[in-house]
Amino acid sequence: MEKEKGSELLLKATKINKSFGDFSANKDIDIDVAKGEIHALLGENGAGKSTLVKIFYGVLKPDTGSIEINNKEVSISSPNSARKNGIGMVFQHFSLFPALTVAENILIALDEKIKFKDLISEISKLSKEWELFVDPLKRVSELSVGEQQRVEIIRCLMQNPKLLIMDEPTSVLTPQEISNLFKILKRLASSGCSILYISHKLEEIIEIADQVTILKSGKSIATIDAKKTTTKFLAETMVGKEITALKKVNTKTFSKDIALELKNLNKPNETNFGISLKNINLQVNYGEILGIAGIAGNGQVELMEVLSGETITDNENEILLESIPIGSKDITERRQLGIETIPEERTLHATVPNLTISENTFLTYFSKYNKTDNIISNLLNNHQNSLIESERILKDNDVRCPEVNPLANQLSGGNLQKFILGRSLANNPKVAIFSQPTWGVDIGAATSIRQKLLNLSQSEKAVILISQDLEEIFELSDQICVINGGTLSKIMPVDKVTAADVGLLMGGKLDTASELEIIK
Amino acid sequence: MEALILTIIATSIPLLLAATGELITEKSGVLNLGVEGMMLSGAVGALGAVLWLENPYFGIIAGALSGILMASIFSIFTINFMTNQVATGLGLTIFATGLTGLAGAPLVGKTIPSLPKIEIFLLSDIPIIGNILFKQDFIAYLSIAIIIIITYFLKYSKPGVILRAVGDDHQSAHSVGYPVKKIRWYATCFGGMCAGIGGAYIPLVLTPHWSEGMTAGRGWIALALVVFASWIPWRIIVGALIFGGITIAQLVGQARGWPIPSQILSMMPYLATIIALTIISGRISKNNSVVPASLGKPFFDTQ
Amino acid sequence: MITFTPRDKVSKNWTIMGPALSIFFTVFFGLLIFALLGYDPLETLYQIFISPFSRIDRISDVFVKACPLIIIGIGLMLCFRANVWNIGAEGQFIMGTLLAGSFALLFPNVENKLLIFIMIFIGFVGGALWAFIPAILKTKLNVNEILVSLMLVYVAMLFIDFIVRGPLRDPMSFGFPLSKPYSDGALINKITFPGIGYLGQLHYGVLFIVLLIPFSWLFVNKTLSGFKINVLGAAPKAARFAGFKQNAITITVLLISGGLAGVAGVIEVSANIGQLQPEVSFGYGFTAIIVAFLGRLNPVGILFAGIIIATVKLGADNAQMSMGIPKVVTGLFEGILLFFLLTGETLQKYKIKWSKVKK
Repeated sequence: MEKEKGSELLLKATKINKSFGDFSANKDIDIDVAKGEIHALLGENGAGKSTLVKIFYGVLKPDTGSIEINNKEVSISSPNSARKNGIGMVFQHFSLFPALTVAENILIALDEKIKFKDLISEISKLSKEWELFVDPLKRVSELSVGEQQRVEIIRCLMQNPKLLIMDEPTSVLTPQEISNLFKILKRLASSGCSILYISHKLEEIIEIADQVTILKSGKSIATIDAKKTTTKFLAETMVGKEITALKKVNTKTFSKDIALELKNLNKPNETNFGISLKNINLQVNYGEILGIAGIAGNGQVELMEVLSGETITDNENEILLESIPIGSKDITERRQLGIETIPEERTLHATVPNLTISENTFLTYFSKYNKTDNIISNLLNNHQNSLIESERILKDNDVRCPEVNPLANQLSGGNLQKFILGRSLANNPKVAIFSQPTWGVDIGAATSIRQKLLNLSQSEKAVILISQDLEEIFELSDQICVINGGTLSKIMPVDKVTAADVGLLMGGKLDTASELEIIK
Repeated sequence: MEALILTIIATSIPLLLAATGELITEKSGVLNLGVEGMMLSGAVGALGAVLWLENPYFGIIAGALSGILMASIFSIFTINFMTNQVATGLGLTIFATGLTGLAGAPLVGKTIPSLPKIEIFLLSDIPIIGNILFKQDFIAYLSIAIIIIITYFLKYSKPGVILRAVGDDHQSAHSVGYPVKKIRWYATCFGGMCAGIGGAYIPLVLTPHWSEGMTAGRGWIALALVVFASWIPWRIIVGALIFGGITIAQLVGQARGWPIPSQILSMMPYLATIIALTIISGRISKNNSVVPASLGKPFFDTQ
Repeated sequence: MITFTPRDKVSKNWTIMGPALSIFFTVFFGLLIFALLGYDPLETLYQIFISPFSRIDRISDVFVKACPLIIIGIGLMLCFRANVWNIGAEGQFIMGTLLAGSFALLFPNVENKLLIFIMIFIGFVGGALWAFIPAILKTKLNVNEILVSLMLVYVAMLFIDFIVRGPLRDPMSFGFPLSKPYSDGALINKITFPGIGYLGQLHYGVLFIVLLIPFSWLFVNKTLSGFKINVLGAAPKAARFAGFKQNAITITVLLISGGLAGVAGVIEVSANIGQLQPEVSFGYGFTAIIVAFLGRLNPVGILFAGIIIATVKLGADNAQMSMGIPKVVTGLFEGILLFFLLTGETLQKYKIKWSKVKK
């Protein structure tokens, strides 16, 4: 099998162009994928990776360009015709239907007729063969993210694909799940199926891919042999400049002063789609970054809500700031006490897209700007008072704007996040809580955001970092814990744990960190 | 007693049909608040057709077509032009009230023959049950058939799964390759057809002449029924019969001279709707998996 | 085939163009329907859109007719801005009128105009109380406010019918379902213009609008509460993040809109009817929904929208008298207008592109 690799082309795409309005997402992209090859597509957010593969899967129609499969030009007008041409795809945010069962989800992507009974046995057969275990009769909403991905993969395998497209498949998986996935992908490739693998994680690409094509601003800038390259080279080609490393001061002294504590915090879920928080204990000291790892949907959103004060706890003693109960304080009061939270969703949660930057600054600080001795003035919308402040935030945080005081939706993801962060830090918080702060932002912005977090802890602030990105957690945190199914593991110093340990906790394989110690 | 049950059934059929149609529409993710308007159109369409063609069965067809026409207007705006579904639905009802007033003006004062009862051979001879269940008109049988077919369709057929999928996550449905807009068009038009036939039932069976706004809020009650039934078809039957019962109870009360003012009795169906919604909404807000997740959200497809 | 592409920035041109084009298309399609149904479209056009402006007293009647629409529309504007769907203004109008009217009937011989001011206040309370039902059910039990507020319209209609035929019926009304006439203190007088006398039905209640428009403009654009309402409507999660109390805002907008509907009722009845009767509203509460949208949820816009819709309503009255077209056709125009307005909003956000179907 090894010998055949690269010898015969499966997919040949030439001069693919695609634009949305004035924005051109793909410019003259050429890409060749050989049979049985794992071909990685690397690029920053917005480089055009997803657009390109959606064209291959028929979700988007290219403006111009040609696609050949097995040396025959094909027109992929819809996902159905992609599947007929032997192309399967696992989407980054999945294309599953939470209210339907696993079997129904698979049925829906099958183009041929099949009896329900045969479908179930076919699913069981495949899941045994590939060790992708799922219960076909369970609803997808009841599955973990990892299990959901298995459903997507089975769905593709049902069609015997010649080309499997995987869009950022590992961003939602634990290290153990990732290595399982890689085993499956390698097995698939050696059985002759080509894989087009999208990622922005460099180590991963070197580990799994044969070839790697790098996209930048919609253009394909290089195709390299993945086995003969380095992460440094890939990173610099992708970004187009040298990457500045984080400045981490190792001689940092820990303050022993406790900043924020959660004590036996319980919060039942509000709807059956939500997660109940169970018996959460947490402590973060000044000058320390506490990383909370975990796969999305394990209670991070709910934890953020109780930390921020968007929902207040039933018992005010469940949350303590410097040993003073604050559980019953709302978000405005907590801001005044010096607790700042940066939620995961940048638009519609942290900001209002159709309001200007100064109005968005006013949004979270209206109490500050409307706190004057003049009663009438307190009733007014004084957002113009925040104009100077917002300009300062933009300048200090190097936020690039298309015009003076633009609408929030005119900023790119990275710039918007820099603004959101700057807005919170302008309030000079004692405790700063971040959820997925670098999710989906470009490397430059991510580095600057991470540096800000480090600077915060160096200036004796307490920082909580909730992130799916294990690398980020390990890079920044002093202490680590894991959230899984609404419970929080014990807090561990970063030098006492490995990514594999944390992975086990994330996957719920171990209930507590103490078990971890027993195993060791 | 038998007569009473028959009237309750007859009163509940328009609600049953309209609510079933709306259920399918909502399952696809479209919230059409124009049911009242579609029913009115069905009523006036049926009246006009029967007066013209002198056959009550044409009334059913005309009612269905009128409902589909209204649903098409709704679909063009909400599905193709992505307008706000709540506002467009309100607009549809307001529009249809005006249109039917205009179209109905020449029909005022004219009476149509009622839809004949169909006796089902042998079964109709069963005492009591035979008279109630097997001596009904065509629309009554049709509505039961629709409920049975819908139940099967949603649960066991692939198109049914696809319909639910579109209502659950339209973006995913698009990614998998289904034409979200087209499916929503069909579902909305089916809803319009059912509401149209439900509206047609009012002049064809209940009151055989035109009066402005003769649906009297049934379309809105049908919308509430869908929530009450938690989007499960057979529960609509239960709900519709309860509302039919309440409506008839107040009529009986008025006829027998209960010491309660007639207007207060007439409020019963509307108050009952509020109470039913209140009871069910508390539960739904805890367990919202019954609500189609993309209900009311416009779909923008990138191509 | 038509395809849409999102605009980077909301098109400013469409803010005015949208409503203007909508009105044009509405007239076009409306008349088309009339022509199809066998009415003379030019005659209809004249009757509905021109005749209300043919005489000065008729013009002033347009303002009289617009008065309740604008007052209710302003209230609904707040609700719709906050994404709260109060469609039961008709019921709130009735209940406000009924409560204030019942109060007025307690004082059959009062001439002091203080009474009408008290009535306006009571009307506000009555309408607000009726809107409080959907408000509390929505915020506490998550019950859909659309259906509840609408059901309460029917309940209110039946309730006023019961009161006017029962407890408050005037024994001297010869069997008509009418209350006793209001005393002078409860009436709103017509405006006397020196040298001319009355101008149609133009009454002092119109002054309320003169106050309401600038006040509501300040409220939505310049106050913190107005800002909160806008944010809640645009992004409920962001409102929570900002620390705004969502339930309090929802309840407030419902109470204000219910209250304003009640005030509209008091002014309408005290100026034009002078006693309670089973039908006091004639669909103002529903029409005001269109007014609020046509005015683009903006007080100044609503002023103009109220006038436009009132014109159509009066025009329809004229058309009924001269051509025998039923009055309800106004709904036809209102519905089409709403459709096109909403389409205009889409075009504000998306660019439209015509392309040939690729096979």
